[in-house]
Amino acid sequence: MTSLAVDVAESRFDVEKIRADFPILHQQVNGQPLVYLDNAATTQKPNAVIDAISDYYRKDNSNVHRGAHALADRATVKFEAAREKVAQFLNAPAAKQIIWTRGTTESINLVAASWGKANLQRGDRILVSAMEHHSNIVPWQLIAQATGAKVESIPVDANGNINMLAFDTMLDAHVKMVAVGHVSNAMGTINPIGKIISLAHAVGARVLIDGAQAVSHWAVDVQQLNCDFYVFSAHKLFGPTGLGVLYGKEDLLNAMPPYQGGGEMIETVSFSGTTFNQLPYKFEAGTPDIAGAIGLGAAIDYLHSIDRTAAAAHEQALLNYAEEKARATAGLKLIGTAAHKTSVMSFLLEGAHPADVGVLLDKQGIAVRTGNHCAQPIMDQYGIPGTVRASFSFYNTFAEVDRLFTAIEKAKTFLV
Amino acid sequence: MTQFGIDVTVDDIIDSLGFFDNWEERYKYIIDLGKELPVMDASLRTDEYLVRGCQSQVWLVDEWRAGKLFFQADSDAFIVKGLLGVVLAAFNGKTPGEILAFDIDAYFTQLDLLQHLSSTRGNGLKAMVKRIQERATQTN
Repeated sequence: MTSLAVDVAESRFDVEKIRADFPILHQQVNGQPLVYLDNAATTQKPNAVIDAISDYYRKDNSNVHRGAHALADRATVKFEAAREKVAQFLNAPAAKQIIWTRGTTESINLVAASWGKANLQRGDRILVSAMEHHSNIVPWQLIAQATGAKVESIPVDANGNINMLAFDTMLDAHVKMVAVGHVSNAMGTINPIGKIISLAHAVGARVLIDGAQAVSHWAVDVQQLNCDFYVFSAHKLFGPTGLGVLYGKEDLLNAMPPYQGGGEMIETVSFSGTTFNQLPYKFEAGTPDIAGAIGLGAAIDYLHSIDRTAAAAHEQALLNYAEEKARATAGLKLIGTAAHKTSVMSFLLEGAHPADVGVLLDKQGIAVRTGNHCAQPIMDQYGIPGTVRASFSFYNTFAEVDRLFTAIEKAKTFLV
Repeated sequence: MTQFGIDVTVDDIIDSLGFFDNWEERYKYIIDLGKELPVMDASLRTDEYLVRGCQSQVWLVDEWRAGKLFFQADSDAFIVKGLLGVVLAAFNGKTPGEILAFDIDAYFTQLDLLQHLSSTRGNGLKAMVKRIQERATQTN
């Protein structure tokens, strides 16, 4: 969006009305009104999500797909309706291409273990970017160890951009998988995944996109992207913790061996041999997180009920406002200054350890994340112990950004 | 240089922190305590002595002398370094029996600093306390 378009969309956004939907925001922490700026770690939940989960346990709780009674039918209908909502949310061709997992991490582990086992061999290459979250590095290292493939990192520059020229030269027929984040959790960089996907496909590689940091900000269209796998966590999309999504292309999912064995994922079981269920159940051993799925469905309904374009414009306006203040703050250094970013501001105060800054902000009611953000390789590359990360969501306000900077100035008096 | 556990005792710290009535003074005092810690030689800041934390790191070197344990400690974060002083006031220059008998959780609760000993903080402090207690168990 142009800056004018951002201004126009932002002007029709009523943040106070939105805030009323999120009960947790209205509390005091350490004697101050809470300013929650840790949205990249987890987003807060609107009443609609809390009520949907509560209603499920009060009225419908039952196991899905197998009960011969009314509650089981209701639970199953709601559970599968949630899968349908996720499919529509991602514009997936069919709901059976949506696999429930425990989170982004498990989704990646599932693909690495199952797809990797069937498709990787000695000499194959797996490319991940240098700024990936550990959960998009370690599962690939595990399967590489088991198959003799190797994991290589795509260089990232000092501003937090993937070096696309370097990526292009790394690609050859031995590259079987490219796994990159849609958005960097540590810096907010929006990666050019459309280009990454088409370049990778040109050499026959498959592409997994870690969408954990993207889905809360805008609509994702997996068919337009043409990615092979797209994964995210419900809790970063205003839904409950403990639930994740794996989208995959149907032919790939069908060809992949099961990940875990158990109930639900089988068709017939006998000691002479077991046959496996169809998609998506083949990958859903055991009783699933029914309440979580219903909660995620409610979160998606909630997002449809608000003006998402205006919400996204509000987030960008918050980021612009915060970064403008950051540039005017002596001794503050922004980490991650890519041209295209989500509303994540990672920074350091000169002479101060991020952990100390985090403690002093918390004392003033400001919730941020500090540390290496489970992205040690990029922190090591930059030669820093970590950053302080303020991440904004559409329910944050300009007044909260002001509170953040007042608190930073106070922290400086202790540390600098 | 201040010797924690000898010049600065647990009672001194309880008195001082109890005296302040706002968080600003309390944390300024804690940061100042960190500045009183004897400087650890850079050659000791190695993996061998590192107590790894997710957010900040702690180095701990111990020495067994005349029936007592002596510790040098350092951190890359100021507040954690100050909290090391709070911990060493309880443990430095003490016998293994004294160390094992000391209720560190109750002490941190009394100081209203228990949150810093929680494992969620990942600041290396809890792991350091555990290492001191293990050392005391070995020498006891």
